[in-house]
Formats: sequence, C-alpha cells, structure tokens
Amino acid sequence: MNYLKKIIHNCKKATYLIDKKEMGSISLREHIELRIHLIGCSFCRIYGKQSRAINKMVQELFRSAMQPGIKLDDDFKKGLQDKIEEELNK
Amino acid sequence: MNNLLNPHEWVTAHADYLYAYAKSRINDEELAKDLVQDTFLAALQKTGSFEGRSSERTWLTAILKNKIVDVYRKNSSGLKSMEIKVAEEEQREFFDKDTGHWLKEYGPKEIGIEDKDHIVSREFEQVLKNCLQKLPVLWKAVFTMKHIDEEASDNICAELKVSPANFWVIIHRAKLNLRACLQKNWI
Repeated sequence: MNYLKKIIHNCKKATYLIDKKEMGSISLREHIELRIHLIGCSFCRIYGKQSRAINKMVQELFRSAMQPGIKLDDDFKKGLQDKIEEELNK
Repeated sequence: MNNLLNPHEWVTAHADYLYAYAKSRINDEELAKDLVQDTFLAALQKTGSFEGRSSERTWLTAILKNKIVDVYRKNSSGLKSMEIKVAEEEQREFFDKDTGHWLKEYGPKEIGIEDKDHIVSREFEQVLKNCLQKLPVLWKAVFTMKHIDEEASDNICAELKVSPANFWVIIHRAKLNLRACLQKNWI
C-alpha cells in the first residue's frame, strides 16, 4: 500500500489525530494528513463533530454537577463542625 | 492557629461546595462525604502552610483534589489490566484489521449532536453519564481530569503515573468507546 492510500484508508489513525488535535496539538505533517483523510471520509467527518460535541457535553455535565443544589445534610455538617472544634481544642 | 484561616466557619462556608466538587468527580456520595471530612481534618494539621496567597476555599479545594487523585490512583491499580483489556478488545472491532478503515457496522452515524447548537436533553445526559461510568477507571480518571479541570496534561500524567504518549492514547480510547456507547444507546 502506498503512502497516500494509507492515509486515505486509516480511520484509526485519523480519529486519534482528531482527538489529539481537539485537546492538545498535532504536527504540521499530521495536520496535512488529517485534512487529506477527511476530504474522502464521511465517517471521520462525523466523528470529528461528535468528538467536539462530546467534549462540550462532558464539560457541561460537570459544570451542572457543581450547581448550588447539591448540599450535605445538616446532621452531617453539625457532626463535621463538632469534629473540627474537637481538634481545635486538643 | 494561623489567623488567616477560620476553621470555626469552615463547614458553613465551604462544606457544600467541597461536597459538590468531590461528588461530581467520583460519583459516590458516601466516599465524597468521607473525603470532605478528611480534607478538613488534614487542613487542620497543616494550617501553618497557609500563607494567604490564595483564598481559604482554593486552599481547601487543593487538599481535596489531592485526595481525589489518590482515589483515582488506588481504583485504577487493582483491576487495571483486565478492565482495560476488555475495553480495548471492544474497540479493536471498530476498524478493519488491515487498512484501519471503519467497519460499516461501527462507523459513526449522525445521532443529533453534530450541530453546534444542538440542545442536550435530560435523557441524553443520562445516557452520557451511563456511558462515562462504563469506561475503565483509569481512562475515566484521565478523561475527567482533562475535561473538568482543564488541567495541564503534564500534571495529569505525573499525578496518575501515565507516560505522555500513553496519555493521548487513553484520551483517544476513552473517546472512541464513549462515542460508540452513545451511538449504540441513543438511536
């Protein structure tokens, strides 16, 4: 298989480059290879869109988990403060 | 006692925040509670090291974060090899062995999240959560740290003891399985 054919067929490598590019950086050569691959590969074009969407959704998921709604119950908090006071008085 | 800190008010001021922080990262209420308690008790032992350069909350959060990383590390050491082998096996089937091309059955299809402004429904969020839970512990830890804290990759590598090359492989593998899981369970 010649070099260009390898790039065109290799979705395994292309998806790796997509994910790495999204959160880090890839080399110039990798950029070019990825471009060439994406022209001919509709699977990987969808993969790229979904990869970005997933990053965003995961970040959103954790952000929403930090909303003020999540609270400890009062008994636990009281016990916790008691323990702290106990330590302070040692 | 360091007079920049006020432990008498710690629980009122920071406990809910720290609890939410821990719970969002380890998904286990009891363990999250324990970690909050451990954080306060550990903080009391080292009040001398607080210099007031950051806020009290930031300082406490950093202590908590170290404890969470300890949990990640501990959880990923035991069953590591088996769990990861299974996950890797799963994605080996995605691609043609010789060319590396997507096999038709596993190739990405549009599932309604491709548009930049798509709205994420409650139901989809639940599917996403379930799929995250299915990842091997180490992969989930790396993925979580990279996404929530937008932490530098070098730090994550050092904290979880993975090599930089392996780091990107893990990010990629986690994404491959997560995406496949979404496609399988959402359509």
